Amino acid sequence: MLRASLRQVSAALKEGRVTPTELCQRCLALIKSTKFLNAYITVAEETALKQAEESEERYKRGQPLGILDGIPIAVKDNFNTAGIETTCASNMLKGYISPYNATVVQKLLDQGAVLLGKTNLDEFAMGSGSTDGVFGPVRNPWSYSKQYKEKSVPKSHSEDEESNWVITGGSSGGSAAAVSSFTCFAALGSDTGGSTRNPAAHCGVVGLKPTYGLISRHGLIPLVNSMDVPGILTRCVDDAAVLLGSLAGHDPKDSTTIQDDFKPFELPNLTDVSKLSIGIPKEYHVPGLSSEILALWSKAAELFKNAGAKVVEVSLPHTRYSIVCYHVLCTAEVASNMARFDGLEYGHRSDMKDSTESMYAATRREGFNDVVRGRILSGNYFLLKQNYEKYFVKAQKVRRLIANDFVKVFRSGVDILLTPTTLSDAAPYTQFIQEDNRTRSAQDDILTQAANMAGLPAINVPTALSERGLPVGLQFIGRSFQEKQLLTVAKWFEKQVQFPVIQLEEVKRHDSGVFQHQKSASFS
Amino acid sequence: DGAGRGAGGASSAPGQSRLGAALAPWIPVVGLEIHAQISSNSKLFSGSQVQFAAPPNSLVSFFDASLPGTLPVLNRRCVEAAVMTGLALNCSINKKSLFDRKHYFYADLPAGYQITQQRVPIAVNGSLSYSLCIDNKMSQMVTKTVRIKQIQLEQDSGKSLHDDTRSQTLVDLNRAGVGLMEVVMEPDMCCGEEAAAAVRELQLILQTLGSSQAVMAEGQLRVDANVSVHHPGEPYGVRTEVKNINSIRFLAKAVDYEIQRQIEELENGGTILNETRAFDSKLGCTVPMRDKEGKQDYRFMPEPNLPPLILYDAKSLPANMNHQQVINIDWIHERLPDLPSVKREKLVEQYGILPEHSFTLLNEDGLAEFFESVVKQTQMKPKKVIGWILNDLLSYLKQHSLTVKESPVSSSLLADLLNLLEKKEISSTAAKRVLAELWKGEGKTPLEIVKEQKLELLQDQKELEQICQAVIDGQENEVMAIKTGNRKVLNKLIGLVQRKTQGRSNPVLVKQLLEKKLSE
Repeated sequence: MLRASLRQVSAALKEGRVTPTELCQRCLALIKSTKFLNAYITVAEETALKQAEESEERYKRGQPLGILDGIPIAVKDNFNTAGIETTCASNMLKGYISPYNATVVQKLLDQGAVLLGKTNLDEFAMGSGSTDGVFGPVRNPWSYSKQYKEKSVPKSHSEDEESNWVITGGSSGGSAAAVSSFTCFAALGSDTGGSTRNPAAHCGVVGLKPTYGLISRHGLIPLVNSMDVPGILTRCVDDAAVLLGSLAGHDPKDSTTIQDDFKPFELPNLTDVSKLSIGIPKEYHVPGLSSEILALWSKAAELFKNAGAKVVEVSLPHTRYSIVCYHVLCTAEVASNMARFDGLEYGHRSDMKDSTESMYAATRREGFNDVVRGRILSGNYFLLKQNYEKYFVKAQKVRRLIANDFVKVFRSGVDILLTPTTLSDAAPYTQFIQEDNRTRSAQDDILTQAANMAGLPAINVPTALSERGLPVGLQFIGRSFQEKQLLTVAKWFEKQVQFPVIQLEEVKRHDSGVFQHQKSASFS
Repeated sequence: DGAGRGAGGASSAPGQSRLGAALAPWIPVVGLEIHAQISSNSKLFSGSQVQFAAPPNSLVSFFDASLPGTLPVLNRRCVEAAVMTGLALNCSINKKSLFDRKHYFYADLPAGYQITQQRVPIAVNGSLSYSLCIDNKMSQMVTKTVRIKQIQLEQDSGKSLHDDTRSQTLVDLNRAGVGLMEVVMEPDMCCGEEAAAAVRELQLILQTLGSSQAVMAEGQLRVDANVSVHHPGEPYGVRTEVKNINSIRFLAKAVDYEIQRQIEELENGGTILNETRAFDSKLGCTVPMRDKEGKQDYRFMPEPNLPPLILYDAKSLPANMNHQQVINIDWIHERLPDLPSVKREKLVEQYGILPEHSFTLLNEDGLAEFFESVVKQTQMKPKKVIGWILNDLLSYLKQHSLTVKESPVSSSLLADLLNLLEKKEISSTAAKRVLAELWKGEGKTPLEIVKEQKLELLQDQKELEQICQAVIDGQENEVMAIKTGNRKVLNKLIGLVQRKTQGRSNPVLVKQLLEKKLSE
């Protein structure tokens, strides 16, 4: 039951084959038994059960609120949830309980969804591994899959096994792991440079970054306001469409959402792709792209071609400036957005009492990790009067060029772009942390963040397993506000590739040992 | 260094006359930055109420406290107020303006930045005409113009209260996020009096428009003055910025003090620092402020959560747009009320009063309306009514610190009184006594008071003739003087008759009777 799609489980609820409370309890139990994944920061057991009970009442009365009623979901811990801690995986907000719900959270609750808890991330969503949060790294459920274990060559001892676990990618790694390990049916992430699509690719789930302005950001604790979008993580493309339909639309509390009404849609089963034009941007063939993924990418292009679609190589010439440009714009906004964390109104406050300034300084030093502080520092540097034109304004101009690249390509008749989502499959944690956060982010976001620069919708579709038995995904990028077309194509592709289901039979046996190790590891 | 200076001499003399006396002439240059709180029910970017003197932190939304994840939503009323003000100040209204973040850390700035309009403000390139009198003579008024550089929309900050004994800072966020219009005036003024007159005119305009209540004492209008001095033909001198000016009177004082201070400093071989100074109203001087952290770099950045502010005019207005969602500049323009300058012209033209009287009428809130209401209800000529309004009503109100609205004598009561006078039922001396009675606010009508106190003019000609005769008989010397040609002495006799009749005689009639008797 827990492996079912949203539509399937919704049908089961309607038919009474399962009750919302049963469903919730089973998810909660699985969350407990997979605690070693560290996917959740907060499990809201009590409120979740209460919400499930209320949902059950509605089903009993025959008046469910819709397809989401009674469906357990998880939300990344950078969305405000009234009454439930919102930490951003940072000391700064540890223990912070927001008085309000983010618009997307409110929408989910209004439609009867059951909020299981808040998922782990990189501190303030700054990272691409879900390894840099104050609550420790998230473990990729595929690390414990039959598929991975068969292919990787463990040196038999649990100690070695322990060093073999792979990261989820990030920063929405907790949400991706939660969906991938069946502890919830869908989860919210956020996507600023790839933070939803990247972990989706590594965890073998669907990750949708909608068009900027389609879904309200009100209540999402910002990383880069001009690029942030709430992301959707689900098991399949259809489910992503369901969630999109329940979240999209104008929000008077977010002035950057579009005024036009959004009509939820069901995805057709595409049978004929011959009218489609798929663009393959040559600039995405970057150094560092694994041969395995390159081969998969070509295979996917072949798949479309063989089905009759037009597949053309296209050029997005400014792609190579994207990551540098992103770095400047991102850090500048970070410097600004983080200014509010001064210990006065909320969050951590240092005991330092020498002066207001020294209290600010100590609060921010104690509250933020190195990554956050580093970005604040560089951001402020770029915003200095003497640097503003040279860096910030220039980066904005480059951003415009990057967006124009996409406009031109789409105007030339291309419907959808097909690219890899990541350079390779997920790295083992021990290997991943060899590099610093900045280098890693620059590498890992390289294929995803241009879509954020241009505000375009993009989706990761799990495609195949790598030689190591880990998921690999491909990315489709669509035209602005053309989610329906994008998802329709993604759904067709999903059906063709038949991505294997994760085999986690041995989790139960495995977890006790790992769990204990995890405990000592994360608190050391 | 400014604090030790004698306050009296420097601050009391108006800049110009003192400057003229200096050996090498100095040209003072004064520019103003004025923050006007927008009169609006809610704040610039949040739904919190705006109210003066509410309990601390009772008007704070999640956004005002900068809770993470909150976003600004622009208040339409504030935009309209800024457009109105821009139009009234002859500005070009930018059809597209932008919001920026200005960063600095301060306890009463919860977000760590203020949202303002640094790059493209809502209105630019305007002008303000104001009048002032030369050498304090109301009859010699000149009109001057100051250019308005720009008007920008921005957020107000909260308030910090420093408790030094407990070394605590208390923060009140009620004011945080209230909409402000920052009006930047070019340095076209040269003394405190000009600055004060310009601000007074701006204040009247804002109050007429209703875009700001502009009460300085309540902080709804805050003025910073940029002051420098230089010799003719030389570039502008280093300027200082004077803050903490909370009345128009203090503005004039602060500017003149600062001009004088700079001149003395330079003439003594010193230099002027580009610094922020505060006006100390008790000492009447400016003192250097402890700068927050020396030269600040505000690290301006576009506000990413607010799309560009787009305004329309009749031409560009999209046909299919919801009218609630657009602001039409032309629509606002057509509905602008008469501005003070127009009102004054109309008053002068319609009632034949002196221009300087029109200024006084508009300077007091409600006085012009009071005047017009009296004129409507009386046969007395407006030119005569104005005297009663300015000399009697206004001076009484001033003496008792009352506003026009609080006047115990309503316009209709005053009109009744003036009608009695006009119909020659009472003398003007008697009218003043009735008015004195009316101030008591006991609910009596002028006619009742006249009856009660027997103030009617003597209608009995014989009785009056007798009184005149008695006065003539008792004043031999005066009568002699008049008969030898000193006509002025006649007035003394008229006065004596008035005294005897307790002001109940008609002076014109008395004069006639006396003249007749003296020529007999």
